[in-house]
Amino acid sequence: MHFAGLYHQFFSLTFDGVNIGAIYGLIALGYTLVYGVLRLINFAHSEIFMIGTFFALFATRWMGIPATAAPHTGIAVALIFVGAGLVAAAASGTAAVVLERIAYRPLRRRGASRLAALISAIGASLFLQELFAYWQGRDFIPFPRIARKAHLATVLRADVRSDKVIIIVTAVVMMILLDRFVGLTRLGRGIRAVAQDAETAALMGVDIDRVVTTTFLIGGLMAGVAGLLFMLYYENTVFNVGFLPGIKAFTAAVLGGIGNIRGALLGGILLGLLENYGGALFGAQWKDICAFVVLVAVLMFRPTGLLGESLGRARV
Amino acid sequence: MVATEEEALSADVSARVRRLRARAHRRELVRLPLTALGAGWRRADPGGRTRRAWDGLPRPGRWALAAAAVVGIYILPNFHPPVINTPGSDFASVLFFPIGIYVLAALGLNVVVGFAGLLDLGYVAFVAIGAYTMALLGTRVHWNFWVILPFGILFAAVSGLLLGAPTLRLRGDYLAIVTLGFGEIIHNTANNLNSIGGPRGISNIPHPPSINTPFAHLRYVILDPKPYYWLVVTFIILVVLAVRRLERSRVGRAWTAIREDEDAAELMGVPTFKFKLWAFAIGASVGGLAGVLFASKVISITPDNFVFEFSILFLAAVVLGGSGNQAGVILGAVVVGYLPERFRSFESTRYLWFGAVLVVMMIFRPQGLLPAKRREAEMRDTTKPGGAMTGSLGAEVYGEDEFEAEDA
Repeated sequence: MHFAGLYHQFFSLTFDGVNIGAIYGLIALGYTLVYGVLRLINFAHSEIFMIGTFFALFATRWMGIPATAAPHTGIAVALIFVGAGLVAAAASGTAAVVLERIAYRPLRRRGASRLAALISAIGASLFLQELFAYWQGRDFIPFPRIARKAHLATVLRADVRSDKVIIIVTAVVMMILLDRFVGLTRLGRGIRAVAQDAETAALMGVDIDRVVTTTFLIGGLMAGVAGLLFMLYYENTVFNVGFLPGIKAFTAAVLGGIGNIRGALLGGILLGLLENYGGALFGAQWKDICAFVVLVAVLMFRPTGLLGESLGRARV
Repeated sequence: MVATEEEALSADVSARVRRLRARAHRRELVRLPLTALGAGWRRADPGGRTRRAWDGLPRPGRWALAAAAVVGIYILPNFHPPVINTPGSDFASVLFFPIGIYVLAALGLNVVVGFAGLLDLGYVAFVAIGAYTMALLGTRVHWNFWVILPFGILFAAVSGLLLGAPTLRLRGDYLAIVTLGFGEIIHNTANNLNSIGGPRGISNIPHPPSINTPFAHLRYVILDPKPYYWLVVTFIILVVLAVRRLERSRVGRAWTAIREDEDAAELMGVPTFKFKLWAFAIGASVGGLAGVLFASKVISITPDNFVFEFSILFLAAVVLGGSGNQAGVILGAVVVGYLPERFRSFESTRYLWFGAVLVVMMIFRPQGLLPAKRREAEMRDTTKPGGAMTGSLGAEVYGEDEFEAEDA
């Protein structure tokens, strides 16, 4: 137990925790939305995220940036960032919609049990992982450093770095946009209606298939952006890169209350913080265990997550 | 000529109808081959036929057939059958691991998932506990395999109780994610604790002592996988018989009731929590047994022998074969264990195909290859609430889903 370490690095750990937590939160949105609408753990969502990381990488290649390129500055950074983000989001979004079409919709039509859907999701996840392993090999692939990881300021002994600021700001902006979308638009209202009661929503004229497709699309877009942010931070990817962030994002979704959009962000950040503190306290190799122990503990005392499970009010 | 409003409207409607028809037609063209495939399979219905043939046999006939099958299974590794042989790996070894161990683990998981309807995504943890018990007691205390075996089973069962007691009040997906977390906790702990070998694991695990039987002198050594195979088959038979008796007892009926509708079961006086805990402990102990057997064969184990993928493979075996039906589960586990070994020549892409097969399988036969009779009846029952109307996964299965998450 390194209480001294935790004490001295507290603020920098906090900052890093919020940083990685924001990425978890973005991925968690995909789980939470799909779960809210279909009551399905979209197990292949971690692979949607993985596709995002790969396409962020491909985007930099298409823009002619070699992996060893020197960091860019100024407007070039913004252009590369936005370009790679768009490519990653488009790829992940497409993948998510195709996934729903192939692996889930036929099961939905047949009224298969949720366990069957989960197995189908697992199969799809395995397929996508192996597809990328076959296509891109099984080794880590480096990602070029787009922007210099510049030291901006020291706040309360925490090193505020440019890339981390970009990550947090992007994640929070995406989250707010999504929250507004689901809360204010017609399609968002459809999503909430289906989440509350699919049958009644269908009777009221909500096109369920469209809502489901939209849900997967949004989840995919968010996962794609998360993929780019992840690449910005860790600067490499591999075919099974999605596994741990995937489980942790699901944990975050459950922690915040599944089906709850704000809960996803809260859960993500909380999980990021707790695993960072835990890692400092017990040693870095216990980081992942801290995350899961926290999950078990929270579920025991607050089985529906911190903010309660709802998308609107999902399960009444 | 100026069309009246009514004519315009009807022209508009008929154009729309034409468009919709054309679209439906196009879709049908795409779907036809796949649908035909599915329908062909359903009409052929090999699972149902097998069952009807089996049910039609008189009791002595069934016994004779079962005995013949058992004998066939025991002598299987003495041959290298031409088609089902596994080029690229030793057939007898493959029969022990992955196939034998997968069957045992899948049978244990079936108690949890198939009978009690509790989704466990961290089942490999119990296998790991059994294996580490064998490894630690075997290398540190130098006990004999047969002495360690009950301890391995006991420790796995106790860990099942410890995991189940606080978490079994959760339902559905929450339970799934907690068990997944438990699996990761066990794996990471084994990886991080240097006192139990850390990432390097434990090596020099002792083999079971030799046994003299009237038929054969069984020597448990590295090079001969057959005695291990016979051992695992014997345990599989014992587990099948024991679980079958449980299934047909009060416990089994309680599990079915819980799976069908937990609230109703509770109201009818079934102590649901107690029976769920039982299911967890029994399932876990079978996993522990599989772990002990595995460790006694492989000499050295590492935490990476017990990764999340195995939990998934076991679950896939249960669902693929037919959740809740032991014969089906065995078939599923054999398929899951065997296929990747059989197609080792496709080394780099075999799990790619495996994943695709899982998806296709769930689309065309979600109830599994050999579903339990009761399950099949449930599947046919379309009168349950939330029919195919809404097209929403959540709503459709609302009435019949055993993994229904609890209301907040």
